[in-house]
Amino acid sequence: MSNENFEPKIIAFVCNWCTYAGADLAGTSRLQYAANVRIVRVPCSGRIDPIFILKAFERGADGVLVSGCHPGDCHYTAGNFYARRRWIVFRDLLEFVGIPPDRVQFSWISAAEGAKWADTINDITAKVRSLGPFHSYPKLRTVE
Amino acid sequence: MIEELRAKARELLESKTVSVVIGYGQGSTPTITRPVFIRKPEDVHMLIWNKYCYNNLAYYLTKKDVLRLGKPALVVKGCDVKAVMVLVQESQVVRENVILLGVSCSGVENPPGNKCKYCDVNTPTFCDFVFGEKIESKPDAAQAIADVTELEKLTPKARWEFWLKEFDRCIRCYACRNACPLCYCDRCVADLNQPQWIETSPHLRGNFAWNIVRAMHLAGRCVQCGECERVCPMGIRLMTLNKKLANTVLQKFGYRSGYDPKAPPVMASFKPDDSNEIFR
Repeated sequence: MSNENFEPKIIAFVCNWCTYAGADLAGTSRLQYAANVRIVRVPCSGRIDPIFILKAFERGADGVLVSGCHPGDCHYTAGNFYARRRWIVFRDLLEFVGIPPDRVQFSWISAAEGAKWADTINDITAKVRSLGPFHSYPKLRTVE
Repeated sequence: MIEELRAKARELLESKTVSVVIGYGQGSTPTITRPVFIRKPEDVHMLIWNKYCYNNLAYYLTKKDVLRLGKPALVVKGCDVKAVMVLVQESQVVRENVILLGVSCSGVENPPGNKCKYCDVNTPTFCDFVFGEKIESKPDAAQAIADVTELEKLTPKARWEFWLKEFDRCIRCYACRNACPLCYCDRCVADLNQPQWIETSPHLRGNFAWNIVRAMHLAGRCVQCGECERVCPMGIRLMTLNKKLANTVLQKFGYRSGYDPKAPPVMASFKPDDSNEIFR
Protein backbone atom coordinates (compact mmCIF):
# COMPACT_ATOMS: atom_id res chain seq x y z
CA MET A 1 0.00 0.00 0.00
CA SER A 2 1.71 3.21 -1.09
CA ASN A 3 0.80 6.60 0.24
CA GLU A 4 2.77 9.56 -1.04
CA ASN A 5 2.29 11.55 2.15
CA PHE A 6 2.87 8.75 4.57
CA GLU A 7 5.52 9.61 7.12
CA PRO A 8 6.30 6.61 9.30
CA LYS A 9 6.51 6.96 13.06
CA ILE A 10 9.65 5.23 14.27
CA ILE A 11 10.11 4.70 17.99
CA ALA A 12 13.70 4.09 19.01
CA PHE A 13 14.48 2.55 22.39
CA VAL A 14 18.10 3.43 22.99
CA CYS A 15 20.58 2.93 25.76
CA ASN A 16 21.74 6.05 27.54
CA TRP A 17 25.47 5.46 27.41
CA CYS A 18 26.11 4.46 23.84
CA THR A 19 23.33 4.91 21.33
CA TYR A 20 21.81 8.00 22.94
CA ALA A 21 25.26 9.59 23.03
CA GLY A 22 25.78 8.53 19.42
CA ALA A 23 22.50 10.18 18.46
CA ASP A 24 23.63 13.27 20.33
CA LEU A 25 26.88 13.26 18.38
CA ALA A 26 24.91 13.07 15.14
CA GLY A 27 23.13 16.18 16.33
CA THR A 28 26.21 18.14 17.33
CA SER A 29 27.85 17.16 14.06
CA ARG A 30 24.83 18.65 12.29
CA LEU A 31 24.23 15.43 10.36
CA GLN A 32 20.97 15.52 8.37
CA TYR A 33 18.77 12.49 8.82
CA ALA A 34 15.10 11.51 8.68
CA ALA A 35 13.03 13.32 11.28
CA ASN A 36 10.66 10.42 11.80
CA VAL A 37 12.27 9.00 14.90
CA ARG A 38 11.06 9.47 18.45
CA ILE A 39 13.72 8.47 20.95
CA VAL A 40 13.02 6.78 24.26
CA ARG A 41 16.10 6.71 26.47
CA VAL A 42 16.68 3.82 28.88
CA PRO A 43 19.74 3.16 31.03
CA CYS A 44 20.71 0.01 29.17
CA SER A 45 19.47 -2.10 26.26
CA GLY A 46 18.99 -4.84 28.85
CA ARG A 47 16.21 -2.73 30.36
CA ILE A 48 14.14 -2.89 27.21
CA ASP A 49 11.26 -5.30 27.75
CA PRO A 50 9.61 -6.91 24.72
CA ILE A 51 6.38 -5.38 25.97
CA PHE A 52 7.73 -1.90 25.21
CA ILE A 53 7.83 -2.86 21.55
CA LEU A 54 4.28 -4.20 21.65
CA LYS A 55 3.09 -1.05 23.40
CA ALA A 56 4.80 1.10 20.77
CA PHE A 57 2.88 -0.73 18.04
CA GLU A 58 -0.34 -0.51 20.04
CA ARG A 59 0.00 3.24 20.22
CA GLY A 60 0.64 3.71 16.51
CA ALA A 61 4.32 3.16 15.83
CA ASP A 62 4.99 1.97 12.31
CA GLY A 63 8.49 0.77 13.12
CA VAL A 64 10.62 0.24 16.18
CA LEU A 65 14.37 0.44 16.59
CA VAL A 66 16.16 -1.08 19.57
CA SER A 67 19.75 -0.07 20.02
CA GLY A 68 22.50 -0.40 22.60
CA CYS A 69 26.20 -0.63 23.26
CA HIS A 70 28.33 -3.07 21.30
CA PRO A 71 28.75 -6.43 23.05
CA GLY A 72 31.62 -6.10 25.47
CA ASP A 73 31.16 -2.36 25.86
CA CYS A 74 28.07 -2.28 28.03
CA HIS A 75 28.23 0.37 30.71
CA TYR A 76 26.77 -2.20 33.12
CA THR A 77 29.11 -4.92 31.83
CA ALA A 78 26.62 -7.51 30.58
CA GLY A 79 23.21 -5.91 30.06
CA ASN A 80 23.47 -6.01 26.30
CA PHE A 81 24.46 -9.68 26.36
CA TYR A 82 21.16 -10.55 28.01
CA ALA A 83 19.37 -8.19 25.63
CA ARG A 84 20.96 -9.93 22.65
CA ARG A 85 19.54 -13.29 23.68
CA ARG A 86 16.16 -11.75 24.39
CA TRP A 87 15.93 -10.09 20.95
CA ILE A 88 17.05 -13.18 19.09
CA VAL A 89 14.07 -15.00 20.61
CA PHE A 90 11.58 -12.12 20.42
CA ARG A 91 12.29 -11.44 16.78
CA ASP A 92 11.54 -15.05 15.97
CA LEU A 93 8.29 -14.82 17.91
CA LEU A 94 7.20 -11.64 16.12
CA GLU A 95 7.93 -13.21 12.77
CA PHE A 96 5.99 -16.32 13.77
CA VAL A 97 2.85 -14.34 14.60
CA GLY A 98 3.07 -12.47 11.32
CA ILE A 99 4.58 -9.10 12.22
CA PRO A 100 7.00 -8.22 9.40
CA PRO A 101 10.52 -8.43 10.89
CA ASP A 102 11.50 -5.30 8.97
CA ARG A 103 9.29 -3.26 11.30
CA VAL A 104 11.49 -4.06 14.30
CA GLN A 105 15.20 -3.54 13.92
CA PHE A 106 18.10 -3.96 16.26
CA SER A 107 21.48 -2.33 16.24
CA TRP A 108 24.64 -1.78 18.22
CA ILE A 109 25.60 1.87 18.00
CA SER A 110 28.38 3.31 20.11
CA ALA A 111 28.74 6.84 21.41
CA ALA A 112 31.25 7.61 18.68
CA GLU A 113 29.05 6.39 15.82
CA GLY A 114 26.97 9.46 15.05
CA ALA A 115 27.07 8.69 11.36
CA LYS A 116 25.91 5.13 11.94
CA TRP A 117 22.95 6.47 13.92
CA ALA A 118 21.96 8.74 11.06
CA ASP A 119 22.35 5.91 8.55
CA THR A 120 20.36 3.50 10.68
CA ILE A 121 17.48 5.94 11.07
CA ASN A 122 17.45 6.74 7.37
CA ASP A 123 17.50 3.04 6.63
CA ILE A 124 14.66 1.99 8.92
CA THR A 125 12.57 5.00 7.87
CA ALA A 126 12.93 4.06 4.21
CA LYS A 127 12.15 0.41 4.89
CA VAL A 128 9.08 1.20 6.96
CA ARG A 129 7.90 3.82 4.48
CA SER A 130 7.91 1.18 1.78
CA LEU A 131 6.05 -1.25 4.07
CA GLY A 132 3.37 1.35 4.65
CA PRO A 133 1.54 2.30 7.84
CA PHE A 134 1.18 -0.48 10.37
CA HIS A 135 -2.60 -0.34 10.38
CA SER A 136 -3.25 -3.89 11.44
CA TYR A 137 -1.90 -3.52 14.94
CA PRO A 138 -3.42 -0.37 16.43
CA LYS A 139 -6.71 -1.16 14.70
CA LEU A 140 -7.05 -4.37 16.69
CA ARG A 141 -10.23 -4.20 18.68
CA THR A 142 -9.88 -2.74 22.12
CA VAL A 143 -11.97 -0.96 24.70
CA GLU A 144 -11.76 2.74 24.15
CA MET B 1 2.43 -51.03 39.46
CA ILE B 2 -0.15 -49.10 41.40
CA GLU B 3 0.25 -51.46 44.35
CA GLU B 4 3.98 -50.74 44.49
CA LEU B 5 3.27 -47.02 44.30
CA ARG B 6 0.74 -47.25 47.11
CA ALA B 7 3.11 -49.35 49.20
CA LYS B 8 5.91 -46.82 48.78
CA ALA B 9 3.54 -43.99 49.64
CA ARG B 10 2.45 -45.80 52.77
CA GLU B 11 6.04 -46.45 53.74
CA LEU B 12 7.02 -42.81 53.25
CA LEU B 13 4.12 -41.60 55.35
CA GLU B 14 4.50 -44.16 58.12
CA SER B 15 8.21 -43.40 58.47
CA LYS B 16 7.38 -39.69 58.44
CA THR B 17 9.90 -39.20 55.63
CA VAL B 18 7.21 -37.07 54.02
CA SER B 19 4.18 -35.29 55.43
CA VAL B 20 2.04 -35.56 52.31
CA VAL B 21 1.89 -37.66 49.17
CA ILE B 22 0.52 -35.73 46.21
CA GLY B 23 -0.80 -37.99 43.49
CA TYR B 24 -3.77 -38.77 41.29
CA GLY B 25 -7.10 -39.91 42.66
CA GLN B 26 -10.43 -40.84 41.16
CA GLY B 27 -12.45 -37.93 39.80
CA SER B 28 -16.19 -37.52 39.54
CA THR B 29 -16.50 -39.59 36.35
CA PRO B 30 -14.50 -42.61 35.11
CA THR B 31 -12.52 -40.45 32.68
CA ILE B 32 -11.47 -37.79 35.16
CA THR B 33 -8.79 -37.88 37.81
CA ARG B 34 -8.03 -35.24 40.35
CA PRO B 35 -4.99 -34.42 42.48
CA VAL B 36 -5.12 -35.98 45.95
CA PHE B 37 -3.16 -34.96 49.02
CA ILE B 38 -2.67 -37.98 51.21
CA ARG B 39 -1.52 -37.35 54.73
CA LYS B 40 -2.55 -40.57 56.48
CA PRO B 41 -0.95 -43.92 55.57
CA GLU B 42 -4.34 -45.65 55.55
CA ASP B 43 -5.51 -43.35 52.72
CA VAL B 44 -2.96 -44.48 50.14
CA HIS B 45 -5.59 -46.64 48.44
CA MET B 46 -6.89 -43.37 46.97
CA LEU B 47 -3.89 -43.23 44.67
CA ILE B 48 -4.64 -44.39 41.14
CA TRP B 49 -2.80 -44.45 37.87
CA ASN B 50 -4.38 -44.50 34.43
CA LYS B 51 -4.40 -42.68 31.10
CA TYR B 52 -6.54 -39.90 32.55
CA CYS B 53 -3.83 -38.71 34.89
CA TYR B 54 -3.35 -35.43 33.01
CA ASN B 55 -2.46 -32.90 35.65
CA ASN B 56 1.07 -31.68 36.10
CA LEU B 57 1.43 -32.05 39.86
CA ALA B 58 4.71 -30.12 39.85
CA TYR B 59 2.34 -27.16 39.93
CA TYR B 60 1.93 -27.62 43.68
CA LEU B 61 5.60 -27.27 44.52
CA THR B 62 5.37 -23.49 44.40
CA LYS B 63 2.06 -23.14 46.22
CA LYS B 64 2.36 -21.92 49.80
CA ASP B 65 -0.75 -23.75 50.97
CA VAL B 66 0.76 -27.04 49.88
CA LEU B 67 4.25 -26.39 51.15
CA ARG B 68 2.72 -25.61 54.51
CA LEU B 69 1.74 -29.29 54.78
CA GLY B 70 5.39 -30.29 54.99
CA LYS B 71 7.81 -32.25 52.85
CA PRO B 72 5.91 -33.74 49.90
CA ALA B 73 6.26 -36.85 47.79
CA LEU B 74 5.05 -36.18 44.27
CA VAL B 75 3.74 -38.65 41.70
CA VAL B 76 5.24 -37.47 38.42
CA LYS B 77 5.20 -38.43 34.76
CA GLY B 78 8.20 -37.71 32.55
CA CYS B 79 6.74 -34.41 31.38
CA ASP B 80 6.02 -33.35 34.97
CA VAL B 81 9.59 -34.10 36.04
CA LYS B 82 10.88 -31.65 33.46
CA ALA B 83 8.88 -28.92 35.18
CA VAL B 84 10.40 -29.91 38.52
CA MET B 85 13.85 -29.68 36.98
CA VAL B 86 13.20 -26.13 35.81
CA LEU B 87 11.91 -25.21 39.28
CA VAL B 88 15.12 -26.60 40.78
CA GLN B 89 17.15 -24.71 38.19
CA GLU B 90 15.38 -21.47 39.09
CA SER B 91 15.89 -22.06 42.83
CA GLN B 92 12.17 -22.38 43.50
CA VAL B 93 12.49 -25.93 44.77
CA VAL B 94 15.31 -27.61 46.68
CA ARG B 95 15.63 -31.06 45.18
CA GLU B 96 16.27 -32.66 48.57
CA ASN B 97 13.02 -31.26 49.92
CA VAL B 98 10.79 -33.33 47.66
CA ILE B 99 10.56 -37.04 46.96
CA LEU B 100 9.79 -37.76 43.32
CA LEU B 101 7.74 -40.89 42.63
CA GLY B 102 8.18 -41.34 38.90
CA VAL B 103 5.72 -43.39 36.86
CA SER B 104 6.33 -44.93 33.48
CA CYS B 105 3.72 -43.44 31.18
CA SER B 106 2.70 -44.46 27.68
CA GLY B 107 0.67 -41.35 27.16
CA VAL B 108 -2.48 -39.67 28.42
CA GLU B 109 -5.81 -39.61 26.65
CA ASN B 110 -6.38 -36.72 24.19
CA PRO B 111 -3.07 -35.03 24.86
CA PRO B 112 -3.02 -31.33 24.05
CA GLY B 113 -0.83 -30.45 21.09
CA ASN B 114 -0.19 -34.14 20.53
CA LYS B 115 2.41 -34.01 23.25
CA CYS B 116 2.42 -37.73 23.99
CA LYS B 117 2.90 -39.00 20.47
CA TYR B 118 6.59 -38.13 20.26
CA CYS B 119 7.41 -38.16 23.96
CA ASP B 120 11.04 -38.82 24.84
CA VAL B 121 10.60 -39.26 28.60
CA ASN B 122 8.11 -42.12 28.89
CA THR B 123 10.17 -43.50 31.76
CA PRO B 124 11.26 -40.51 33.83
CA THR B 125 14.75 -39.87 35.16
CA PHE B 126 15.76 -37.63 38.06
CA CYS B 127 13.27 -39.41 40.37
CA ASP B 128 13.87 -41.03 43.73
CA PHE B 129 11.77 -44.05 42.72
CA VAL B 130 10.33 -45.15 39.39
CA PHE B 131 7.25 -47.38 39.09
CA GLY B 132 6.07 -49.38 36.13
CA GLU B 133 7.77 -51.26 33.33
CA LYS B 134 10.45 -49.31 31.52
CA ILE B 135 9.02 -47.92 28.30
CA GLU B 136 11.28 -47.25 25.33
CA SER B 137 10.61 -43.78 24.01
CA LYS B 138 10.18 -43.20 20.30
CA PRO B 139 10.89 -39.51 20.00
CA ASP B 140 10.68 -37.73 16.69
CA ALA B 141 11.81 -34.16 17.11
CA ALA B 142 10.75 -33.08 13.63
CA GLN B 143 7.26 -34.55 13.91
CA ALA B 144 6.84 -33.17 17.40
CA ILE B 145 6.95 -29.64 15.98
CA ALA B 146 5.02 -30.43 12.79
CA ASP B 147 2.32 -27.89 13.70
CA VAL B 148 4.99 -25.21 14.06
CA THR B 149 6.63 -26.00 10.72
CA GLU B 150 3.21 -26.03 9.03
CA LEU B 151 2.58 -22.48 10.20
CA GLU B 152 6.07 -21.36 9.23
CA LYS B 153 5.30 -22.35 5.66
CA LEU B 154 2.47 -19.80 5.46
CA THR B 155 2.93 -16.19 4.40
CA PRO B 156 3.31 -13.62 7.19
CA LYS B 157 -0.16 -12.30 6.41
CA ALA B 158 -1.69 -15.78 6.69
CA ARG B 159 0.11 -16.31 9.99
CA TRP B 160 -1.16 -12.98 11.30
CA GLU B 161 -4.73 -13.93 10.34
CA PHE B 162 -4.31 -17.31 12.01
CA TRP B 163 -3.12 -15.89 15.30
CA LEU B 164 -5.72 -13.12 15.30
CA LYS B 165 -8.39 -15.78 15.01
CA GLU B 166 -6.83 -17.69 17.90
CA PHE B 167 -6.38 -14.71 20.20
CA ASP B 168 -9.80 -13.31 19.37
CA ARG B 169 -11.25 -16.25 21.29
CA CYS B 170 -9.22 -15.49 24.40
CA ILE B 171 -11.47 -14.53 27.29
CA ARG B 172 -8.60 -13.70 29.65
CA CYS B 173 -9.64 -16.28 32.18
CA TYR B 174 -5.91 -16.88 32.85
CA ALA B 175 -6.53 -20.62 33.16
CA CYS B 176 -3.33 -21.07 31.18
CA ARG B 177 -1.40 -19.05 33.71
CA ASN B 178 -3.05 -20.75 36.65
CA ALA B 179 -2.40 -24.26 35.36
CA CYS B 180 1.21 -23.67 34.40
CA PRO B 181 3.75 -25.01 36.92
CA LEU B 182 6.21 -22.35 35.84
CA CYS B 183 3.92 -19.35 36.14
CA TYR B 184 4.62 -18.81 39.81
CA CYS B 185 5.15 -15.05 39.98
CA ASP B 186 3.57 -13.48 43.03
CA ARG B 187 2.52 -10.53 40.92
CA CYS B 188 1.98 -11.30 37.27
CA VAL B 189 2.78 -8.54 34.81
CA ALA B 190 -0.79 -8.79 33.54
CA ASP B 191 -2.12 -7.76 36.94
CA LEU B 192 -0.06 -4.59 37.24
CA ASN B 193 -2.00 -1.41 36.69
CA GLN B 194 0.55 1.27 37.55
CA PRO B 195 1.60 1.25 34.79
CA GLN B 196 -0.76 -1.07 32.98
CA TRP B 197 1.37 -2.94 30.50
CA ILE B 198 -1.26 -5.35 29.24
CA GLU B 199 -4.83 -4.28 28.65
CA THR B 200 -7.05 -6.49 30.76
CA SER B 201 -10.29 -6.50 28.81
CA PRO B 202 -10.81 -9.56 26.56
CA HIS B 203 -10.35 -7.72 23.28
CA LEU B 204 -7.90 -8.58 20.55
CA ARG B 205 -5.32 -5.90 21.22
CA GLY B 206 -4.86 -6.84 24.87
CA ASN B 207 -5.22 -10.56 24.14
CA PHE B 208 -2.42 -10.31 21.64
CA ALA B 209 -0.14 -8.63 24.16
CA TRP B 210 -1.05 -11.12 26.89
CA ASN B 211 -0.35 -14.22 24.85
CA ILE B 212 2.85 -12.86 23.31
CA VAL B 213 4.19 -11.71 26.66
CA ARG B 214 3.35 -15.01 28.32
CA ALA B 215 5.10 -16.88 25.52
CA MET B 216 8.17 -14.66 26.00
CA HIS B 217 8.16 -15.14 29.76
CA LEU B 218 8.15 -18.89 29.19
CA ALA B 219 10.80 -18.82 26.45
CA GLY B 220 13.50 -21.29 27.34
CA ARG B 221 11.51 -22.33 30.42
CA CYS B 222 8.37 -24.02 29.14
CA VAL B 223 8.69 -27.80 29.16
CA GLN B 224 5.65 -28.30 26.93
CA CYS B 225 3.66 -30.26 29.45
CA GLY B 226 0.56 -29.05 27.60
CA GLU B 227 -1.49 -28.06 30.65
CA CYS B 228 -2.10 -24.56 29.28
CA GLU B 229 -3.70 -25.83 26.11
CA ARG B 230 -5.61 -28.55 27.94
CA VAL B 231 -7.24 -26.12 30.37
CA CYS B 232 -7.92 -23.34 27.85
CA PRO B 233 -11.70 -23.19 27.54
CA MET B 234 -11.41 -21.69 24.07
CA GLY B 235 -9.00 -24.25 22.66
CA ILE B 236 -6.30 -21.76 21.72
CA ARG B 237 -3.20 -23.31 20.17
CA LEU B 238 -0.89 -22.36 23.01
CA MET B 239 1.32 -25.41 22.61
CA THR B 240 2.15 -24.32 19.06
CA LEU B 241 3.30 -20.94 20.31
CA ASN B 242 5.36 -22.41 23.15
CA LYS B 243 6.87 -25.12 20.94
CA LYS B 244 7.95 -22.48 18.45
CA LEU B 245 9.94 -20.63 21.08
CA ALA B 246 11.33 -23.86 22.52
CA ASN B 247 12.55 -24.70 19.03
CA THR B 248 14.05 -21.22 18.57
CA VAL B 249 15.95 -21.60 21.81
CA LEU B 250 17.16 -25.03 20.76
CA GLN B 251 18.29 -23.89 17.31
CA LYS B 252 19.92 -20.65 18.40
CA PHE B 253 21.39 -21.64 21.77
CA GLY B 254 21.41 -25.43 21.74
CA TYR B 255 19.28 -25.51 24.89
CA ARG B 256 16.28 -27.58 25.94
CA SER B 257 14.53 -26.83 29.20
CA GLY B 258 13.84 -29.56 31.73
CA TYR B 259 16.75 -31.90 31.02
CA ASP B 260 19.55 -30.52 33.18
CA PRO B 261 18.71 -28.85 36.49
CA LYS B 262 22.29 -27.62 36.81
CA ALA B 263 22.39 -25.83 33.47
CA PRO B 264 22.18 -22.02 33.64
CA PRO B 265 18.73 -20.86 32.50
CA VAL B 266 19.08 -19.94 28.84
CA MET B 267 17.49 -16.48 28.98
CA ALA B 268 19.23 -15.62 32.25
CA SER B 269 22.66 -16.32 30.88
CA PHE B 270 24.67 -15.50 27.80
CA LYS B 271 27.71 -16.45 25.79
CA PRO B 272 30.04 -13.69 24.64
CA ASP B 273 29.90 -15.23 21.16
CA ASP B 274 26.10 -15.40 20.77
CA SER B 275 25.19 -14.48 17.22
CA ASN B 276 24.97 -10.84 16.13
CA GLU B 277 23.21 -11.68 12.88
CA ILE B 278 20.03 -9.73 13.62
CA PHE B 279 21.95 -6.67 14.72
CA ARG B 280 22.90 -3.94 12.38
